[in-house]
Amino acid sequence: MATVSMSVNGKAVTGSIDPRTLLVQFLRDDLRLTGTHVGCDTSQCGACVVHVDGKAVKACTVLAVSLEGASVTTIEGLAVNGMLHPMQEAFREHHGLQCGFCTPGMIMSAVDIVNRRGNDLDEKVIREDLDGNICRCTGYHNIVKAVAAGAEAMGGQSMDQKEPPRQAAE
Amino acid sequence: MYAFTYHRPGSARQAAGLLAKKEDAKILAGGHTLLPTMKQRLASPTALIDLGACGDLKGIVRKGRTVVIGAMSTHAEVAESAIVQEAIPGLAYLASHIGDPHVRHRGTIGGSVANNDPAADYPAACLALGATIVTNQRKIEADAFFTGLYETALEEGEIITRVVFPVVSKAGYAKFRNPASRYALVGVFVAKRGSDIRVAVTGAGEGGVFRWPEAEAALKARFAPKSLDGLKASAEGINADMHADADYRAHLIGVMTKQAVAQATGK
Repeated sequence: MATVSMSVNGKAVTGSIDPRTLLVQFLRDDLRLTGTHVGCDTSQCGACVVHVDGKAVKACTVLAVSLEGASVTTIEGLAVNGMLHPMQEAFREHHGLQCGFCTPGMIMSAVDIVNRRGNDLDEKVIREDLDGNICRCTGYHNIVKAVAAGAEAMGGQSMDQKEPPRQAAE
Repeated sequence: MYAFTYHRPGSARQAAGLLAKKEDAKILAGGHTLLPTMKQRLASPTALIDLGACGDLKGIVRKGRTVVIGAMSTHAEVAESAIVQEAIPGLAYLASHIGDPHVRHRGTIGGSVANNDPAADYPAACLALGATIVTNQRKIEADAFFTGLYETALEEGEIITRVVFPVVSKAGYAKFRNPASRYALVGVFVAKRGSDIRVAVTGAGEGGVFRWPEAEAALKARFAPKSLDGLKASAEGINADMHADADYRAHLIGVMTKQAVAQATGK
């Protein structure tokens, strides 16, 4: 067993885990944060996307034990005081989902796109940057609309302010 | 995934020490090939040595006529680096088209180069730009580094610490990607450094990345897409699979080379 400590949605957590534990297993099985989904389990579908130190990653392809000291945000960490995050609200408003399985990953990726590229996103950029998220229901059309609207609603505010990216050492 | 012990050294030197001590250990860089491979039980190392905390393997700097990229630099860091964008824009472009945004946040240049996947992007850049792969023990020229499918000149216990790219006058990359895996069906990196022209092809060769001498000769006369008119790559030794047969891939080599030259010359 190995011990790992990290911050998840702003809360300090410590786990005693088998080193094999993937981040998505740690989140779902140990912390009971089941909003992060396992879709393909082969780093393709994006249902498991969460933010690590402010950057979107596929939680099925990261060892939890390797995230000592990291700051993780999951879909559960977006809403504040029961108020949906603007990106969540936009997905609801624009019906950017059908079955909803891919939605947590879609929304975490969408927030990451805004963090990287700002609030004024054109359709081409959105479609390209959603490359790592697969939806088998919607045909993507409403998802793209939702991301554009959510980006605008986020209005220049990074919603990941509580997890400043760690600087790469030069 | 089979069980393993996990180690997190703080420097490349410590990592090398662990690698020498632990039997059947593997280096973990970004993990975006190794972890899926372990999940499928195609690899079962008894120890993983994670380079994630080795600060000395990070960072991108300009040194004279070269750009030095730490082995643990992620694809996103290379793509977004102002130094790389300014000195070798074709390399930044290549990095920005590896996998998807999430993969680029984790995958590293050192991991990609060490793995030498026959459809990976970086080997083409290393070979075309005449990069030097620096390890904890020595320096290896790209020409001597990529030795076959998933095979490199790396010896047991050797760890890539950085990759040194010469700043060339022109460079460009074009890839026809597999839409599902986002690996190259065919990717071509072209580079012009003085009168030295290099064309490196990934995704197509049965033995991994290779240079295309005929195209290099044709581009020597004039470094322009038109110089490649009528030039066809041979389908001999070219991969054939469910995604593309050898003739189609050979055809794509010509098309991608032209596009890469067009990108390099801004046309």
